Amino acid sequence: MSVFIIRRLMQSIAVLFVTAVVVFLGVYAIGDPVEMLISPDASPAERAQVIASLGLDRPMWQQFLTFLWNAVHGDLGRSFVFNRPTISLILERLPATLELTLTALVIALAIGIPLGLISGLKPNSATDEAIMTGSILGFSLPSFWQGMMLIMIFSIWLGWLPSTGRGELGSFLGIQSSFFTLDGLTHLILPAINLSLFKLSLVIRLTRTGVRETMPLDFVKFARAKGISERRIVFVHVLKNILIPLVTVIGMELGSMLAFAVVTETIFAWPGIGKLLIDSIMRLDRPVVVAYLLVIVSLFILINFVVDILYSLIDPRVRLGEQS
Amino acid sequence: MTALSFLLRDETTTGRLLRGIATSPKALVATVVCLLLFLAALVGPWITPQNPYDLAVLDILDAKLPPGSESMNGMVYWLGTDGQGRDMLSAMIYGLRTSIGVGVFSGIVALVIGTILGLIAAYYGGRIDALIMRIVDLMLGLPTILVALMLLALLGQGLWKVIFALVLVQWATFARSARSAALVEKNKDYVEAAVTLGIGTPRILFGHLLPNCLPPLIVIGMLQVANAISAEATLSFLGIGLPITEPSLGLLIANGYQVLMSGEYWISVYPGLLLLLLVFSINITGDRCREILNPRLGER
Repeated sequence: MSVFIIRRLMQSIAVLFVTAVVVFLGVYAIGDPVEMLISPDASPAERAQVIASLGLDRPMWQQFLTFLWNAVHGDLGRSFVFNRPTISLILERLPATLELTLTALVIALAIGIPLGLISGLKPNSATDEAIMTGSILGFSLPSFWQGMMLIMIFSIWLGWLPSTGRGELGSFLGIQSSFFTLDGLTHLILPAINLSLFKLSLVIRLTRTGVRETMPLDFVKFARAKGISERRIVFVHVLKNILIPLVTVIGMELGSMLAFAVVTETIFAWPGIGKLLIDSIMRLDRPVVVAYLLVIVSLFILINFVVDILYSLIDPRVRLGEQS
Repeated sequence: MTALSFLLRDETTTGRLLRGIATSPKALVATVVCLLLFLAALVGPWITPQNPYDLAVLDILDAKLPPGSESMNGMVYWLGTDGQGRDMLSAMIYGLRTSIGVGVFSGIVALVIGTILGLIAAYYGGRIDALIMRIVDLMLGLPTILVALMLLALLGQGLWKVIFALVLVQWATFARSARSAALVEKNKDYVEAAVTLGIGTPRILFGHLLPNCLPPLIVIGMLQVANAISAEATLSFLGIGLPITEPSLGLLIANGYQVLMSGEYWISVYPGLLLLLLVFSINITGDRCREILNPRLGER
């Protein structure tokens, strides 16, 4: 087990290192770092001082080592606009994004698994056909347009739900979140639906495929022969087997949802890290952009790492397969 | 008729695909819609009521007219006009051209690069295979939107940068599929025969292996084009995709977003519906083709 964890850890660090190289090259080699990292309205004296302090007059490999050294110590530069360390700007907004992503994930699972079961248990029926076409529609709906339509219908025409912002935050056990106030929850509904629709389609398809692959297997026939009720077969025996691939894929998709939250946050003016990224690109606040990329890739790698470990705990074949 | 019945014969993959589409009403409608949209994009400038980017024909007095309004010169704006008095229908057909152009072009480039690398990996095996597939795994592990965001955030917006980003996120899918298709083909007798005959490796790879691996790749290509069109629209909406000089459907929708709150819904709703129709019909068609080529899933 520990060999497996160490190997995975090494791989994660390798990916992170590659990302750091790419981001570094993007900023320092392709672009002009002076222009990228120093505010355009800085005076010549300030420029010279920053160039010296960032070490931009030193050779490339030395600069890379400094960049890496600072990044490891949590120093990802200062924002031009806010004049604060970028890492604290990002950490401040991260909870809003996590809250949105987790809610969307729960919605996708709560609706997707039942629909996938219905679809997979009665393949080729009219219901199955409708659900599957619906899921292709879900894949095809451009996420940003779908969000705009949600705003148009539920905020502008019907006036039921607020369209922008995070609403009033409640505090519970020292955690600030929209979960704990009614106003916060109403603000959360539309963005969460927006972010969940794409993954909902994915969950439906995965569950359906899983059901169709599992139902003809011998253990299901055996359970039937034993006289176990159909309900118990589906919800205990079959579902347990489907959950294994589902957990892995969902784990991976959590990272992609964090990235996709950029779109949702832009439409609904949700004050998370995605909106911070787009705002920073528009304001040419490049240190924030660089910091965002490094943080989001690290998060993504961390999630994958945890999922891999969990998966090998659930299903020992993975770990054994690696060793042979 | 004889030519057609040859195509519809069961043995050829093309025949199987055509028959599969013809026997599913849903897929048939989707294919027809898809072809019509591509045709509209192709002949766009000759069928639009107005050249929406010719400033001489635009009248600012016609700005933000609702659908069905009539202009001073008698022209009817069936889908309304945008903030510059541009006919929405014409702007949408021009947008469709850009969207399809970017999607198809990047899809083809990714297909070519991915297939070449996939075939090489499958044919040579060993270290080359391991190296290529390691990179493929890395690319497939990162979400599309994240890679595209990263690139465009660092490079800035632009037509070729968007295409570059789309190719970069797509080639790995093709490489993996090409490799697995080629691994199956590689062990067949005809390849061995070709090797024995002393035919050169490039010719075996591209003259013999490639044609037999191509059908599943083209189907994946269709689905990838749909993805690419969606991704480009998303990036353009965020303001980091295409510049305003290359207005795709995504940019049209973004323009409408500014005025959505004040009730001018048509500026973003119609381009969005068109984008949805395009991506949806390509996906339905591609999904049906995949079902047919992969009998394990398509046991209908």
